[in-house]
Amino acid sequence: MESIISVKGLGKTYAGGFTALKNVDLDIRRGEIFALLGPNGAGKTTLISIICGIVNPTGGSVTADGCDIIRDFRAARSKIGLVPQELATDAFESVLATVTFSRGLFGKSPDPAYIEKLLRQLSLWEKKDSKIMALSGGMKRRVMIAKALSHEPAILFLDEPSAGVDVELRQDMWEMVRGLRESGVTIILTTHYIEEAEEMADRVGVINHGEVVLVEEKNTLMQKMGEKELSLHLPEPLQQVPEALRDLPLTLNDDGSRLIYRFDIKSNDTGITELLRRLNEAEIEFRDLHTRESSLEEIFVGLVRGEREEKAEQLTKETLE
Amino acid sequence: MNWYGIRAIYKFEMARTGRTLMQSIASPVLSTSLYFIVFGAAIGSRMGDIDGISYGAFIIPGLLMLSLLSESISNASFGIFFPKFSGTIYEVLSAPVSAFEIVAGYVGAAATKSIILGLLILVTARFFVDYEIVHPFWMFGFLVLTALTFSMFGFVIGIWADDFQKLQVIPLMVVTPLTFLGGAFYSINMLPELWQKVILFNPVVYLISGFRWAFYGVSDVNVGISLGMTLLFLVLCMTGIWWIFRTGYRIKT
Repeated sequence: MESIISVKGLGKTYAGGFTALKNVDLDIRRGEIFALLGPNGAGKTTLISIICGIVNPTGGSVTADGCDIIRDFRAARSKIGLVPQELATDAFESVLATVTFSRGLFGKSPDPAYIEKLLRQLSLWEKKDSKIMALSGGMKRRVMIAKALSHEPAILFLDEPSAGVDVELRQDMWEMVRGLRESGVTIILTTHYIEEAEEMADRVGVINHGEVVLVEEKNTLMQKMGEKELSLHLPEPLQQVPEALRDLPLTLNDDGSRLIYRFDIKSNDTGITELLRRLNEAEIEFRDLHTRESSLEEIFVGLVRGEREEKAEQLTKETLE
Repeated sequence: MNWYGIRAIYKFEMARTGRTLMQSIASPVLSTSLYFIVFGAAIGSRMGDIDGISYGAFIIPGLLMLSLLSESISNASFGIFFPKFSGTIYEVLSAPVSAFEIVAGYVGAAATKSIILGLLILVTARFFVDYEIVHPFWMFGFLVLTALTFSMFGFVIGIWADDFQKLQVIPLMVVTPLTFLGGAFYSINMLPELWQKVILFNPVVYLISGFRWAFYGVSDVNVGISLGMTLLFLVLCMTGIWWIFRTGYRIKT
């Protein structure tokens, strides 16, 4: 599929010497919802800020819809809308004035009909004459989205869009994001709410310590890296995993009331038949069973922790050498 | 050229003035009028003429310049400082606007406000003091040039300042004293000889002198030098702004 954003060898080292991005390569496909995940300080906001023109890169290049963000900044920026993480608004301005300002700033001629449609879509029309400082946090977040969409961008960056937003608004926002994708807008979101990425994203990228650790289709990622768990509810709690079953990937939960068996989703032989036969032979009964897949959050934590451990191992090795 | 972008910034800044008419317009007009009443109408009537001009009329160009300088700096510095302070600067930086367009919007609006204010003060002065304008074209030229130059200077201060105190330091601690000592209330010929030479290091002397020439045809220094010094300061401010955008100083990391 065609890339709408292409990041090549992007690096950023701040004046103090901190390297926020290390040789990042990333392609965002046209029309997709891409979730960029990473712990605090991983480099997500720096990456977005460079693409949007707020931060200067120290190396590499970025194109947005084929336009270089530095050489052809006008064309590149006019295609991008940004909803930053912080609720930065013109407190004394009215909703209508601030959204109209944003459209003009991005070089678009006035279009009151479009602005009205946008404000209605975001349930802001009734508040169009209200000063922003009089709005709730959720409403302010909507205003930020309206500002970012005021110039009809082809690419929308949402940096932690659900931060400080109540459940109802979050659902509305997800709905709106899906609607935007339907209309052809490419959406890149960073989030701490993994369920948000799990719910909406087509692809997921994980960034850690300024490096893109992986980029994968969400479903493939969950299949590839996800585990499934079979939980057997025992009529009587056990103290430990029975001797006869110790060679199997079995664990007991804290109170010993459940035996948990982990298996690979993509494997042809899950070992469940063998497990059930061995339980029968060992005369261990169970009264219920259920299965559960690992969430994107568990995969993400596993990836980040795995990378940390790998780094620590490497460092120890280097120190010893 | 992103004309819509320039217009958006310009309109946004002018709308802020509209919301704060008391602070932006009424307050400086009132405070300058008080000078006209006290120094022009009251004390001025008991003082002798300077260079053949009544004292009340003599101080008009200097007082006008005082308001023009402080308001130009204040308007432009606050205009760019506040988005930095509130975080909304992200939008300007991520928009398809060049450095020139950003400056045109902010400085253009700040200079417009100062020019309007200057003209209002001029009209108000008429109620208290009789004056004439010998070279109206040059008077307006100096007014526009000074407003533009010091709005650029204010823009630089707004970028440099990282708190509200710094925003006030230069206008209050540097510009106002330089204006008071720059011949707003006296002719530099009235000073002892040594001070007549020392004071030529004060750049505001040239602004006030040139402006006074436009009003009454008399000046402390040659009008060509006044114009040259104003243009020099304009170029210095433009260079400062060019450097800010080139390096991203205090606006981009």
